[in-house]
Amino acid sequence: MTDFRLPLGSLIESFVDYITDTFGFLFGFIRALFDGAYESVEFLLGAPPFWAIMLVLGILAFGIRGWKFAVGTVIGLVVILGVDQWENAMDTLALVLVASVLAIVISVPIGILAAKSTLASNIIRPVLDFMQTMPAFVYLIPALILFRVGVVPGIVATIIFAMAPGVRLTELGIRSVDQEVVEAGQAFGASPWRILRQIQLPLATPTIMAGVNQVIMLSLSMVVISGMVGAGGLGAQVVASLNRIDIALGFEAGLAVVILAIFLDRITASLGGSDSRGLFGSLRRALRARRATDAMACGAEPIRATQPAGEPARV
Amino acid sequence: MTDSIPRPESIAVKADHLYKAFGRRPHEIVKKLKAGKSRAEISSLGTAAVIDASFEVKTGEIFVVMGLSGSGKSTLIRMLNGLWETTSGSVTVGGTDITRVPAKELRDVRRKSISMVFQHFALLPHRTVIDNVAYGLEIQGMGRTERLAKAQTIIDLVGLAGWADNLPSELSGGMQQRVGLGRALAADTDVLLMDEAFSALDPLIRREMQEQLIELQAALGKTIIFITHDLNEAMFLGDRIAVMRDGRIVQIGTPEEILTDPANDYVAQFVQDVDRARVLTAASVMEPVRSVITKTAGPRAALRTMRDLQTSVTFVLNRDRSFAGIVRDRDVLKMVKAGETDLRSIIRDDAKAVLPETALVDLVEPSVESELPIAVVDEKNRLLGVIPRVTLLAAIGNVTTNTGPLPVVMPPATISISQITDILGDTADDVLFNTEGARA
Repeated sequence: MTDFRLPLGSLIESFVDYITDTFGFLFGFIRALFDGAYESVEFLLGAPPFWAIMLVLGILAFGIRGWKFAVGTVIGLVVILGVDQWENAMDTLALVLVASVLAIVISVPIGILAAKSTLASNIIRPVLDFMQTMPAFVYLIPALILFRVGVVPGIVATIIFAMAPGVRLTELGIRSVDQEVVEAGQAFGASPWRILRQIQLPLATPTIMAGVNQVIMLSLSMVVISGMVGAGGLGAQVVASLNRIDIALGFEAGLAVVILAIFLDRITASLGGSDSRGLFGSLRRALRARRATDAMACGAEPIRATQPAGEPARV
Repeated sequence: MTDSIPRPESIAVKADHLYKAFGRRPHEIVKKLKAGKSRAEISSLGTAAVIDASFEVKTGEIFVVMGLSGSGKSTLIRMLNGLWETTSGSVTVGGTDITRVPAKELRDVRRKSISMVFQHFALLPHRTVIDNVAYGLEIQGMGRTERLAKAQTIIDLVGLAGWADNLPSELSGGMQQRVGLGRALAADTDVLLMDEAFSALDPLIRREMQEQLIELQAALGKTIIFITHDLNEAMFLGDRIAVMRDGRIVQIGTPEEILTDPANDYVAQFVQDVDRARVLTAASVMEPVRSVITKTAGPRAALRTMRDLQTSVTFVLNRDRSFAGIVRDRDVLKMVKAGETDLRSIIRDDAKAVLPETALVDLVEPSVESELPIAVVDEKNRLLGVIPRVTLLAAIGNVTTNTGPLPVVMPPATISISQITDILGDTADDVLFNTEGARA
C-alpha cells in the first residue's frame, strides 16, 4: 500500500472547528431558539395530567379517522402509561413535533424551488442523497460540538436526517401536477405565485402530505438515536437499556416508540387524503356544501333543477 | 370566394413567419430552416415543431388548424397566447405583439383578450363548477359576488344549470368540457383558442358540442381558433381551415376550396375520405341553366329550346327573372298543336328549389323524389343554376367532372327532333302571330 490518503476527515474537522469559532454566536442563538421551542411544546404536553392529554389525542384521532382509531389510540396511550413511560413518551413526542415542524418548514420551500428550477433540482438532489444515506450517528458528532449536549443537537440531527423525503416528495408532487391544468392557469393570465398557490400546491397536497408523513416517521426513528447525545425521552431509555442490557426496559420503551409511531403515521396519512372519513372530514364537506348554497343564494338565480340520480347520497 | 360576410373585417390574431424549434440551439435550427434546409436535415440538431407559419384570423371567424399528431398544431396554438415562446416570428393579438412584451403585460393580454379551452378540460379538480367557470374572472380581479353571478349566467348558457356546486369529477366528459368552454366564455375575451377541445369526447357528444359551439359563436361573435386532427370536424366548424403537415401550413382556405382545389397531393389524399356531402354546398356544384325561357316567351320558343337542347323540360322564369317552374315537352307540344299561346296554364311547380348554401346531403332526398334537376335559387327566388342527379352523384363520389362533351344533364327528350320541327313548321304562321300578340 502506498501512503496515499485523502485528508477529507481532518478537513471537515477543521472546518467544523472554524465555524464553531467564527459563528459561535449564531449557534448559540439557534440553540436558544430550538431549546425554547422544545421547552414550550414539552410544557404543553407534560404539564397537564395524563388523562387530559389522552382525551385531546383521542378526540383528535376521532376527528381525523373515526371512533375505531380513537379507541385504539386511547388503548395505546394506556399501555404507555402502564409501562411507566408516559413522561418519556411526551418528551419524545415534543421532540418529534418540534423537529418535524422545522424539517417541514425547511423542506417544503426547498421542494418548491426544486420543482420550479431544474438547475436547483440538479444541485439539491445529490445533497439530499448525501443527507439521507450518511449514517445518522455521524450528524450527531458535529451537532454535539456546535450545540453541546442536550436536546438541540438531537433536533438538528433529526431535521437533517428527516427532511430529505419532504423535499423530494414536494418536488415530485408539484412536478406531477397535470401540465394542462397549469397551462390553464397561465392561459387565463394567472401569475406564477397564484398558480403555485391555487393550482400546484392544492393538487400536489396528497404527495406533499405523504412527504410530511415520511418526515415525521424518520424524525421518530432519529429521535431515538439522538437519545445518545442526551436528548432525553424514550431515546434515552433505549440507550440506557442497551448499556445495562435491560431487556424489560428496552422492550417497554421500544413499544412506546411503536405506539407513538403508529399514532403519528395514521394521523398524517389521513391528512393526505382529500376526504378523510372522520368527523373533521364530514365537517369540512358540510361547510363546503353550505358555502356553495350561500354563494348560490347571493348569486344569480338559485336553479337546482337536475340533480343526477344517486348524487345527493354522496354529500 | 374567401368570405361571404360583406362587412369590413378587422384582424383579431396575426401570426407572422412563426418558427418554433426544440433542441439545444433552437435559433441555429431556425437559421438553417430559413436558409432552405428541410426538417429532416436539421433533425440531428433538434425538432422543428412549427416552420414559417403565417396567417391572419379575422374577427368573428372560426379558423381551424388541422393536422395529424406531430404536425405542430398544438405548438402553434400555444404560441398564439404565449404559453410557449416563439423561436422566431411574431404573434399579434388585438394589436399587441405578444412576442415582444414582458411577462406581466403578456398576462394582461391573456386576461383580457385571449382565453383557451383544453383537450383534457384542465379544470381545477378541487373547485366546484361555478368556481371553475369564474376562474378567469377571479384572475381579472372581479369581486366574488359579481363573478359568481356572471358565472351562473354562463353556466346556464352552456347548458349546465343545476350543476354549479358539483365538483368536475362528478360530471361526464362532455359536461366537463362545457365547464371548460364556460370558463373561457366567462372570461369574455374576444379570442378563444380551442386545443382539440372535442377530441376526447365520444362522437355523439362531440357532434352536439360542435353544433352548440357554432350557435354560441353566432350569438356571441367570438373569434375562435380551433385545433383538430379530425377533418370532418374542421370542415363542419371552419370558416377557413389551415392544413398543417410536418410543421408547415400547406394550405389555407375555406372548406370548399380545400375540398375542391387541394394545394397538393397530401391535402388531396387527406380530404379524400371527408364526408363531401356535408361540406359541399349546392352553389359549389350547380351547373349553369341552359334550358330556360321566360314566361312570356310562349310555347313555340319553349319547344324550340327543348329541341335544340334535346331535353324534355325547360325552366321558366318570371319577368323579374325569378323562378316560376318548369314546362314539359308533351304539354308544350299539345299547346302548340292547339294554337294556344299562354304558357302559364301548363307551368308545373314540382321542380324542387333549394338555396345555394344547402349541403349536398340535403339534396339527395329531393333528387330521389323527382327526376327533374334541382333548381338553385337565391333568397329573392332568382334562378342561379341547376343540379341534375348526375352532377350530384359525381360531386358526392368525387368523380372528376366532365371535360368532354355535354353530359346528359336533363331528362332526355321524349319527342324526336323531326317531329318537333314538323309541328313547328305546320303551325309557324299563326304561332308567330300569336306570340306577337302575347307580347303586346
